[in-house]
Amino acid sequence: MIPLRLDSGSGVPPYLQVAEQVRHFIVSGVLAPGDQLPTVKEVVATLAINPNTVFKGYRELEREGLVEGRPGAGTFVLRRPDGPRPGDLASLGRALDRWVAQARAAGVDDRAIEAMVRAALRAGGDEAEAIA
Amino acid sequence: MTAADATVAIEADGLGKRYRRGWAVEDCSFRLPAGRVCGLVGANGAGKSTLIRMLAGLARPTAGRAAVDGRAPDGNDPEFLRSVGYLAQDVPLYPRWTARAHLALGAALNPAWDQDLARDRLDLLGIPLDQRVEQLSGGMRAQVALAVAIGKRPRVLLLDEPVAALDPLARREFLASLAVLMAGHDLTVLLSSHLLPDLERICDHLVVLVEGRAVLADDVDEIIRTHKLVRGPESARRALARRHRVVDDDSAGPVASAVVRLQGPEPDPACELHDLSLEDIVLAYLAGARAARTVPDLALAGAGEGR
Repeated sequence: MIPLRLDSGSGVPPYLQVAEQVRHFIVSGVLAPGDQLPTVKEVVATLAINPNTVFKGYRELEREGLVEGRPGAGTFVLRRPDGPRPGDLASLGRALDRWVAQARAAGVDDRAIEAMVRAALRAGGDEAEAIA
Repeated sequence: MTAADATVAIEADGLGKRYRRGWAVEDCSFRLPAGRVCGLVGANGAGKSTLIRMLAGLARPTAGRAAVDGRAPDGNDPEFLRSVGYLAQDVPLYPRWTARAHLALGAALNPAWDQDLARDRLDLLGIPLDQRVEQLSGGMRAQVALAVAIGKRPRVLLLDEPVAALDPLARREFLASLAVLMAGHDLTVLLSSHLLPDLERICDHLVVLVEGRAVLADDVDEIIRTHKLVRGPESARRALARRHRVVDDDSAGPVASAVVRLQGPEPDPACELHDLSLEDIVLAYLAGARAARTVPDLALAGAGEGR
């Protein structure tokens, strides 16, 4: 079974944590189209979490069109999400490394860097919503 | 929301219990949809055990009413006892009896007894059926008690601090057992505990008791979505208290800082919002209640309006 985990106290709702991890396994190719996701029972037996959390996480992925629940059979991967190509990710990562080095050189500590990133993500989210 | 979510498994309406010393539970109201695992939290003496005993039909309410699986709790009503399971704080087993004898008693007392369900669970966990339960570990005893409680196939299970005495691994195993039961059966669980990280994993609903009242009762995702730590200039404080429900205010000097339940539009852009864990939120309710007792406060005075 793919190793799911739960980060208690992160402030991220558990169902989104489940969805995010499964999505990551699909993006990275650990789970391919046609593969079955672990059953709800399997997940709750190892994680000791609420079954509704797993249902809800899987439903989120279903909504995104990544997986499909087949009654009585389980939940299966449909397709990989549209996302950045691995090459783009690598070059964005390198650009971020350079930016972090610049910020540190300017005397910005890690905590402030994290706050800046969060603020930028929030601002970006507002823009995206405004466009939509 | 599925159809199952719409049914109410537990309902308390103005429920109260007065002992000679005063009200243990007072004007307590909440609804728990069926199919949920609901955590019940509160300080010691907040009335958790009294509330659970009333819901189990073991204590008679002084005020208000309760319904569990559609019935008024009554410890003498066989129909009620068939649909509601209750596990008291101090794992109620006969120390010199074996697990097998406990299951046999369960079978004798309950017409709808599901021996396979009870027995398979113990087999799966490798719990010896023929040893006296006093010789088993605390975790195994708790699992035997759960097997007995679940064998009668209740629709609602009331658990009073079921894992308090267990070590971390046994606790995790107990909660995993509960989760597996939830996945396979039509069951609603209400459990009290002080162990908030455990509750954060297993519960999808939460009731916070303060001095016998349910000050918060909601879906966990909804609780996490609507509660934020808001920090901003002192000038934002009054507007915050007017528009939102301030749960706990620890503003100091020029900085307004409060845990709030957002209602409607987001606070002043001058304020920053931080996500909170369920534990932070519960602590804010308990701390906020304490502050309200000692210092009447501007922001907290505004808090009542939102209710």
